[in-house]
Amino acid sequence: MKNIFYILAGLLITGITSHARTIRVGKQFQFHSIGQAIAAAVNGDTVLVENGLYREKNIVIGKSIVLIGNNFPVLDGEHQYEIISIKANYVTVKGFKIVHSGVSSLVDIAAIRIYGCHDVTISGNILEDTFFGIYSQSSFNCLIENNKLTATAKTEQESGNGIHCWKSDSLQIIGNNITGHRDGIYFEFVTNSVIWRNESHKNMRYGLHFMFSNNDSYISNVFRNNGAGVSVMFTHGVKMFNNYFEENWGDASYGIFLKEISDSYIIGNKFLRNTSGIFMEGASRILVEKNEFKDNGWAMKIQASCLDNVITKNNFEGNTFDVGTNGSLVLNSFDRNYWDKYDGYDLNKDKVGDIPYRPVSLYSMIVEKNPAAMMLYRSFMTSLLDRSEKILPTLTPENLKDNFPLMKPLHL
Amino acid sequence: MKKITKYVLVDILRNKIVIGYTIFLFLISLSVFNLEDSSSKGLLSLLNIILIIVPLVSVIFSTIYIYNSAEFIELLVSQPLKRKQLWASLFTGLAGSLTFSFFIGIGIPVLLYAASATGYIMIIMGLLLTVIFVAIALLAAVIARDKAKGIGFAIFLWLYFSLLFDGLILFILFQFQEYPLEKFMVVAAALNPIDLSRIMVLLKMDTSALMGYTGAVFRDFFGSNTGFIIAVAILFSWVVTVFWLSLRRFQKKDL
Repeated sequence: MKNIFYILAGLLITGITSHARTIRVGKQFQFHSIGQAIAAAVNGDTVLVENGLYREKNIVIGKSIVLIGNNFPVLDGEHQYEIISIKANYVTVKGFKIVHSGVSSLVDIAAIRIYGCHDVTISGNILEDTFFGIYSQSSFNCLIENNKLTATAKTEQESGNGIHCWKSDSLQIIGNNITGHRDGIYFEFVTNSVIWRNESHKNMRYGLHFMFSNNDSYISNVFRNNGAGVSVMFTHGVKMFNNYFEENWGDASYGIFLKEISDSYIIGNKFLRNTSGIFMEGASRILVEKNEFKDNGWAMKIQASCLDNVITKNNFEGNTFDVGTNGSLVLNSFDRNYWDKYDGYDLNKDKVGDIPYRPVSLYSMIVEKNPAAMMLYRSFMTSLLDRSEKILPTLTPENLKDNFPLMKPLHL
Repeated sequence: MKKITKYVLVDILRNKIVIGYTIFLFLISLSVFNLEDSSSKGLLSLLNIILIIVPLVSVIFSTIYIYNSAEFIELLVSQPLKRKQLWASLFTGLAGSLTFSFFIGIGIPVLLYAASATGYIMIIMGLLLTVIFVAIALLAAVIARDKAKGIGFAIFLWLYFSLLFDGLILFILFQFQEYPLEKFMVVAAALNPIDLSRIMVLLKMDTSALMGYTGAVFRDFFGSNTGFIIAVAILFSWVVTVFWLSLRRFQKKDL
């Protein structure tokens, strides 16, 4: 007991004697440049930067310090440099406005780049006109929160990704707002991470691009109006909860594009006004539950290569086509969803329709084969075709049906 | 001319069939909007009525009316009146009264329940389709002297525009699948007023699905404001051309 007291007292005394300093940077202070201030700092110090314009080429943070901007001082990369390079653990960068990073097709120049560190926090920064925004490489346990990233490049070649994470682990990406980049958030070989409450919109390619990144979650994000929506590929154990996927328009644009995904969960999301809500290719053992599909061109497109997926308790409302597919093989289950196009009856009043619903219409098969035929949609003849197909299925897959269609929409 | 138009208008508006048609449209629109959960589903049901029933009624009623007023026409032709004026006032009277009953029957419920861009487009397209099919009826009636033949011809034209044409297009689409058919589809749409008006509604109704590649071609052409004006101009030129063809025949016709 006494020993513990001495240890605590000792810790307290060392804590007081090695008191972390605050080094201030600004016109009226000793240090005019952030680089000099960092050179003078030791581990644990705080560098507080006053409002102003700082052109310091590349700022390298090699010590565990806290770098804080007061009232958003501007760090200008003059279209040439990587602006902040973090090469130490326990670094915080907060409250800066970082503009005009370099653009290169050889090197991935970022506004803020984390080089193989852990416990780095990047919070509350404004990034404008940067190539890559925040770049995490071989890092773990880092927090990237409440940043606002805006890029203005016109082509995919000239633009980088907003938050680019490569070979990292246990990252938290929270509350960022990303627009105008190539991919809003890019994950490759990133595991056990969470993407929460971000808004990724009007990016050139994907709102979220996800590859070889197992056991990640993305929750309550908004992905709107991105060039090709969201893409999740070659991954297992992904949890996608309560996200919004909206207005991803184009022939190759999807709310979510799932390729070679397995053992994942898509729960409580909203897919609104997309050309295709979910596109699945080679996906297996995915639970799609309690989602809302509204006003999409195709709510879901499930290729015949998908296996053992369960689609249940979803609302399908106002979609042009509910489900599209490319073959007759169906190894997925579609039971207990609400389909607004269901015109069956419920005689025993158990709120489940008595005859199965076939979500694949003949015309969606025709359009799948020949997209130009979309122009004849809703004409007298196509409704006749659809009707006769409903009575006697010949072209549409026989097994793709909801055996227990719900009569009333679920409250989601 | 004014007098004849006025006479035809009043005569048709008092007609039991036209009153019945108006009430029928009105009741259907009301029930559609009250029964469906959302107004967009109601609009969808109305779209089928506008594309099928409205042209059918317009074409058949107008043809029969022309045949029934053959004696009236003969009488007027014997008066010092230009045939052009007579024919034009018949057309105006028919088109005016039928568009009026369309507007009462479908236009007003749509404005009440679904006053959206889709709703407005549907009203405009329905009005134009009514006028076009009145013109087609006039052409059918002037070509065939025999009443049964004339009505048959009118019904055939309606069948062609609402069903056969689409079947033909679908057939061509699949036969020439390997070729780029987007531009051909734009031209084909202009050749059928029903298709063109359906596509105009579709561009508002199924925006998400139409954002695919082919859709983009159509959207570029018809989806913009200029495209809308072009489409309406094409529909107007349908009215003018078909009416002019019938007028030319009527002027030379031995009554």
